[in-house]
Amino acid sequence: MTPQLVIFLILAAIAVAGAVSVILQREPIHSAISLITVMIALAGLFLLLESEFIAAVQIIVYAGAIMVLFVFVIMLLNAGAEERTNMSRMARYVGVPLAIFLLIELAYQVGAATLSMTAQPVADGATRGLSMLLFQDFVFPFELTSILILIAILGALVLAQRSEGAPAQRAQQ
Amino acid sequence: MPISYYLALSAVLFGLGVIGFVFKRNIITIFMSIELMLNAVNLAFIAFARALGQLQGQVFVFFVIVVAAAEAAVGLAIVIVIARNRQSLNVERINLLKL
Repeated sequence: MTPQLVIFLILAAIAVAGAVSVILQREPIHSAISLITVMIALAGLFLLLESEFIAAVQIIVYAGAIMVLFVFVIMLLNAGAEERTNMSRMARYVGVPLAIFLLIELAYQVGAATLSMTAQPVADGATRGLSMLLFQDFVFPFELTSILILIAILGALVLAQRSEGAPAQRAQQ
Repeated sequence: MPISYYLALSAVLFGLGVIGFVFKRNIITIFMSIELMLNAVNLAFIAFARALGQLQGQVFVFFVIVVAAAEAAVGLAIVIVIARNRQSLNVERINLLKL
C-alpha cells in the first residue's frame, strides 16, 4: 500500500460517511455540517490529484461561502427536525435495496470501465497552467461569470425582499 | 494508483446525492443533496483532467463552483420565499401545482 492509497482511503471513507450522514440526519443543520466535512475531504482529494488551486477554491468558496449561506438560511427559517416519513412498504422493501444496488452497480461499472487510466504529469505547474488557460483561452466565459453573479445577486434580492402588499402580508392581515 | 478509484468514489457520492434528493422531505436538505451531486461531478472532472494530463477539466470545475455559488444564492432566496408563503419547508406541503 502506497502512502497515496492510504490517504485516499481515509479521505474517501470520511467523504462517504459524511454523505451518508447528510441523508440520515433529520436536523437540517446536522446535514449541513456533514456536507461541510464531505467538501473538506474532497478538497484533500483534490490536493492528492495535484490540483492545489481547485482545492483552495473548494475550501474558500464551497465549504466557506456557500455552506455559510446554507447555515444562515437554516437558522433564519428556524428549520427544525424533518417530519418522520412514513415510508410506504414499497419504498422500504423495494426502493431502499434498489438504491443501494444503484450505488454499487454505478461505482463498479465506472471503476471497471476506467481501470486502465493512469495519472499523466502536467507539463508546467498546475496552477500556472490553470491561470494561463483561464485568462487566455477562457477569458470570455470568465468575464461572463461576473455578469452571472451580478444577475444572481439581483435575483436573490428581488426574490427575498418583503415588498408592500406581498401575498404573505395580505394573508396575515 | 489508478484513477478509477477516484471515479468510483465520485459515482458513489453522486448516487448518495441522488438518493438524498429522492428520499428527503426538507427542501433545504434536498438542495444540499444537489450540492453533493455537484461536488461528485467536480471530483470526476479533476480525476479525468489528471488522467489526461490536461487542465481544461480544472477550468470547468472552477466554472462549476462559480455557477453553484450563484445557484445557491438564488435557490436559497426561493426557499425563503416558499417558507414565507407556505409556513413550511416540507415539500409534501408545497403542492399548489398538483392536479
